[in-house]
Amino acid sequence: MRLQAVDLKLGYGDRIIVDGLDLGIEAGTVTTIIGPNGCGKSTLLRALGRLLKPSGGEVLLDGKRIDRMPSKEVARILGVLPQAPTAPEGLTVADLVARGRHPHQTWYRQWSSDDESAVSEALSMTGLLELGDRPLDELSGGQRQRAWISMALAQGTDLLLLDEPTTFLDLAHQIEVLELVRRLHGELGRTVVMVLHDLNLAARYADRLVAMRDGKVIASGTPAEVLTEGLLAEVFDLDAKVIEDPVAGTPLVIPIGTRAHPPS
Amino acid sequence: MTSPSERLVNGRPLRIGSASWLLRLRSAAVALILLASVAALMALTMRIGDIPMSVPEVFQAITGDGSNHFVVMELRLPRALTGALVGAALALAGAITQAVARNPLASPDILGVTGGASVTVVAITMAAGATTGGASGPLAEVGIPLAALVGGLVGALTVYLLAWRRGMDGYRLVLVGIGVSAVCTNVKYWLLTVGDVNDTGKAMVWITGSLNGRGWEHVVPVSLALAVLIPLTLLGTRSLGALRFGDDTVTGLGVRMNLARGLMILAAVLLAATATASAGPIAFVALAAPQIALRLAGVAQPPLVVSALVGAALTTAADLISRTLFSPVELPVGVVTAVLGAPYLIYLLIRVRRKARS
Repeated sequence: MRLQAVDLKLGYGDRIIVDGLDLGIEAGTVTTIIGPNGCGKSTLLRALGRLLKPSGGEVLLDGKRIDRMPSKEVARILGVLPQAPTAPEGLTVADLVARGRHPHQTWYRQWSSDDESAVSEALSMTGLLELGDRPLDELSGGQRQRAWISMALAQGTDLLLLDEPTTFLDLAHQIEVLELVRRLHGELGRTVVMVLHDLNLAARYADRLVAMRDGKVIASGTPAEVLTEGLLAEVFDLDAKVIEDPVAGTPLVIPIGTRAHPPS
Repeated sequence: MTSPSERLVNGRPLRIGSASWLLRLRSAAVALILLASVAALMALTMRIGDIPMSVPEVFQAITGDGSNHFVVMELRLPRALTGALVGAALALAGAITQAVARNPLASPDILGVTGGASVTVVAITMAAGATTGGASGPLAEVGIPLAALVGGLVGALTVYLLAWRRGMDGYRLVLVGIGVSAVCTNVKYWLLTVGDVNDTGKAMVWITGSLNGRGWEHVVPVSLALAVLIPLTLLGTRSLGALRFGDDTVTGLGVRMNLARGLMILAAVLLAATATASAGPIAFVALAAPQIALRLAGVAQPPLVVSALVGAALTTAADLISRTLFSPVELPVGVVTAVLGAPYLIYLLIRVRRKARS
């Protein structure tokens, strides 16, 4: 078990969002957290990546309490791509990606050959070598998202947490990002945990799905186990048919209507 | 053969054993040119005074022991050095503040240093004026800088305490800083209004920022502060670079955000307070120097060393202008930096607004 949440209690201020949650992420899997807006999936991801301090319970990274490990050591094991990240204006793609090497550097070790090859590799994996010297603010949404993923790759961690890596992207770019995730997992054996909104893409690109509602895990397992008509009703209040995806063989959700307003 | 990333990151790797650095050639070249400019500007300012000298005469006076030796070594060199060092310290404080606040319009003024120092110095000048007939002699030499230092630090502490909410947020810091500055400005003007006219005049010169009559006793504290703070700040350069990103990215990269932010702000406060104690609150240097530096160096974030050198050059150039423009009348250097800086601030504001619109 690479990453584990034990009796986790999360919230902002007095507002409790997640209470008593247990979850385990196994090595070498792509896990996708799904659930309706405000169910606490991003909050959970932030806590797994020690961006949010739990108000109760604990997060274990390779069996050790993540909040007791030096932050820099964690950053060499686990990379996080936050939702809607911000960078200083005028920063070039290559400088952004090079920043990913931060946890491997010290004041006397600022640009090793390891740093250099990791940055080259991350840029080429995301197809950004040609755009390396372009300012980030001049890129399209898809390119920018790839640049941020590239930064997380340059960090060289074998655990990656991605918070809605496909938001604001058109379908082709969403597929592009998710195929990149698939390759990270397939070719490099990385463990990935991500939050996605699109259920059909989640089913296609994840080994395991975790369905959440109101801060609780309602179901977890393979996409076929989790994405059932009953669960969609329970988690999303959605009337839907689930058929087999003719391309990937994974579950495909065909919405009928919401339970609140069924079609007449 | 150069690897693709070597070409893209725009620098030359410098590797000795397991140690490695990235040498930014353009920044290094800019730094050298600036260093030469500062030296040249200082030589030009040292020509000016009751006994006009040419640049070669200034150098002769430094190396030889003629009649001009005392004038240059005891009066002109310390003044020129104070200007350059104060400018460097202010610029460095500005570069740090802009990075931590993630805002190119931020300056150490929002850290409460300038406001706190100004109010304290004005209050002391008024109080001393009423009882001892004006701040002069030892009180002016030690008392005023010390009062400015203490006042600046108290101002900064006030801002820090008010801005802290389970962590330091750049936006909140800017807002609280502006509020505290406004309060300080009003208290300052109230004191100036109720005070004696002669004291008010003295206080006005100080709060504008002046290099007049600065001697070795002003050079030493700034030099010491810079000697300690510059290396410490440079050690934090990488953290500072990371702090410009969003909070989650900063933490994700393994930076202990609140600690790094706190230490960098402390460094900026100490730099700004020392500079203000030596020469008064010289306006706009801290704001403009880092922004000029990043454009000269062609990088996205103000480089610290280049910023410090731009600050030194700006302040020395402003001093030169303040003494030659209406010669023999000498303006306080802060007037010149303010006149040059105000249009620049407006330019920055317009640019930021355009950016926000597009």
